[in-house]
Amino acid sequence: MNRFQTYLTQKTNASPLAVFRIGFGLMMCYSIIRFWLKGWIESIYLEPAFHFSYYGFEWIKPLGSFTYIIFIICGLSAFFVALGFKYRLAIITFFLSFTYIELMEKTTYLNHYYFISILSFLLIFLPANATFSIDNIFRKRSFEEIPNWCIDAIKLLLGIVYFYAGLAKINSDWLFKAMPLKIWLPSKYDLPIIGETLMQQDWFHYAMSWSGMLYDLFIPFLLLYKRTRWFAFALVVFFHIFTRVLFPIGMFPYVMIVGSLIFFEADFHKKIIAFIKKVIQKVIQIKSKTIEIIPEYKLKFKSVIIPVVMLFFMIQIIFPFRFLLYNGNLFWTEQGYRFSWRVMLMEKMGSTTFKIVDGETNNFFYVNNSDFLTPLQEKQMSFQPDFILEYAHYLGDHFTNQGHKNVQVFVESYVALNGHLSQLFIDKTVDLYQEEESFKPKTWILPFNDDKH
Amino acid sequence: MIKKIFPVVLLAIFIAACSSSDDNVVSDTPGTTPFNRGALLSNFADNLIIPAYEELNNNLAALVTSKDDFVAISNQANLDRLRASWLTAYKTWQHVEAFNIGKAEEILYHFQMNIYPTNTIDIHNNITNSNYDLTAVNNNDAVGFPAVDYMIYGIGASDTEILEKYTTDAESAKNQTYLSDLINQMKTLTQDVLNDWNTSYRATFIASTTNTASSAANKIVNDYIFYYEKGLRANKFGIPAGNFSATPLPEKVEGFYNQEVSKELALEALTAVQNIFNGTHFGASTSGIGFKGYLDNLDRTDLATMINGQFGTAREKIQALNANFYTQINTDNTKMTQAYDALQAAVVLLKVDMLQTFNISVDYVDADGD
Repeated sequence: MNRFQTYLTQKTNASPLAVFRIGFGLMMCYSIIRFWLKGWIESIYLEPAFHFSYYGFEWIKPLGSFTYIIFIICGLSAFFVALGFKYRLAIITFFLSFTYIELMEKTTYLNHYYFISILSFLLIFLPANATFSIDNIFRKRSFEEIPNWCIDAIKLLLGIVYFYAGLAKINSDWLFKAMPLKIWLPSKYDLPIIGETLMQQDWFHYAMSWSGMLYDLFIPFLLLYKRTRWFAFALVVFFHIFTRVLFPIGMFPYVMIVGSLIFFEADFHKKIIAFIKKVIQKVIQIKSKTIEIIPEYKLKFKSVIIPVVMLFFMIQIIFPFRFLLYNGNLFWTEQGYRFSWRVMLMEKMGSTTFKIVDGETNNFFYVNNSDFLTPLQEKQMSFQPDFILEYAHYLGDHFTNQGHKNVQVFVESYVALNGHLSQLFIDKTVDLYQEEESFKPKTWILPFNDDKH
Repeated sequence: MIKKIFPVVLLAIFIAACSSSDDNVVSDTPGTTPFNRGALLSNFADNLIIPAYEELNNNLAALVTSKDDFVAISNQANLDRLRASWLTAYKTWQHVEAFNIGKAEEILYHFQMNIYPTNTIDIHNNITNSNYDLTAVNNNDAVGFPAVDYMIYGIGASDTEILEKYTTDAESAKNQTYLSDLINQMKTLTQDVLNDWNTSYRATFIASTTNTASSAANKIVNDYIFYYEKGLRANKFGIPAGNFSATPLPEKVEGFYNQEVSKELALEALTAVQNIFNGTHFGASTSGIGFKGYLDNLDRTDLATMINGQFGTAREKIQALNANFYTQINTDNTKMTQAYDALQAAVVLLKVDMLQTFNISVDYVDADGD
């Protein structure tokens, strides 16, 4: 414990965190603008009649036209974070608005959105405005050094993301069948030069699977170790650009590339800041003389912040292992699948039809999913049990309200995972309208039969 | 420390990787030759799509002639010939309905050819008012094969009454005009689509092989599955059998007024679907590259065999039905829903397994992935 106390008192230069703050803020601001321009606010949040919610967060819904306001708030607060203007307020606002946006609709769940949410939560507790921020100008003081753990915290979070993503790749489909890359890569036949050649090669699918796994597992350590750092950074850039070329993964590669700069020494970041300063000075003259430079940033509310950050990391380390509490094939049941850095790990598709039955007369009819769901929602719903259950309840309520009597909701769902032949996914005989969402194992998911193809 | 361990781990893993991939060398060889999507599209264009449109265009020319004869002399013999021409064209139509692409998509051809049940109120309003735009969206259910079906089988209770509608009836001239306009319009539209294929679209179609949402290669796959699910499975079976409603809706069968051909048309459609899958040339038994060939190339002959097997099962179930689905639904709807279930089983294989194997970018989903 003593060593830990000593660790907490260690100091380091504040510039890496400032550079991180600027990069993070600008990329998030751009992400929000990009999302808006692509028309996704309408197609994802406004057009659907029904939204899939996270368990316990059903009260979080899109707010009609006010949804645009949330995006404006989110984008502005990200920009303020970049500037370091009213930093604490800005990052709290960003965390809340971004997380609210993500919780509105489960269909768009992505690991990297979750990453942004928890990273922005962590940033609330870090003095990212200690140097090179607008706050410095207004408060007339800037800080030379900050606690070393503040930078280590971000490194640790990035390390967890990579390392856990690597651990998740250690499974037989990924390593010994090159699945799902064997499905995904050959379909990239349009790529110049490599499309018709490398992408079609069996050995290349294996090479990609294995190197992807090794990359994820070892990159945090290669970044930490000074002598391999530049090599590791080159790998980071290559890996993320390559995956960006291959897959529609939006901003995530750039977030990771810019994020991994935090591993570099302070001198490197000082140069970046000096460069930005030079550019700014050309446009506006800022009187930096009046700013008092204080050698060391003293963390306020240390007795609260340290335990909160420790608890945060304990949860981050333990939470991805919650799948061990459930039986069955994790990829099949997806119980404990999300929020665990399982990134691009499986190819899963389903065809799921709902049958509304009158429990007394046994009269039934099928539901046309496109009457209620957008294509994206239907796609996601078709192979994820919690989506299927939530939608079954929505349908049950809908038809009960329409005056149908003794409504029962049954589902015929066929799902194919990683190129295995499609098989029945949900017990056809279970009335899902009577099943409730919970953290308990979902007994109505049929076991995965690995033998088929 | 890391420096020493790392190469050892790397080496161990590399050896493991090589030895594990060796097991798969034999079974994986087909996947190493990239599939030629251009060849697939050429086969579709030259041997399935264009020949089917040419045949349909000829059939419709014959229908126009029979119609002209019937309008000139509205007797039973000419009515019979008109009906025969209608059925021939309607059967050929089943071979083009899955190809909602190019000009057809642009001019909303499909919505003007086979939307059923037809709306007889709209038809009679059009006839009475004599002032109609057959291309208008609100006339989609008052034109095409289903509207002609009504005009030649349903406008009177018996053949005598039908003939009266074109001879002695107060509105006989207007009825003749509407029937004539309907058929001429079908011919014009089809000619437009065919011309486009024969002049410019063929080349565009064949060259569009990329794996993007808007490419012909992807669209043809998506269109095919959409047609199978909606045009064949739901429209011809599911909807009239009451699979999507509280009670059966037998009046929604295809060729409702004819009362004899819903099964014949459905079987023709299934043949068309199977021909596209296997790349079988229109009106011939020779086969080129189809989706089956694509699956073979991706080492999924097992799936192709299953899909053909399921088409076969569905065909047996359909063959067991009454020639008139309206009668079948009213007497024993169970058989009808069994046919639906057999067709549905293939939806899963096409939409889930085949689509996953092709890893086609789906045209309607636009969002980031992980």
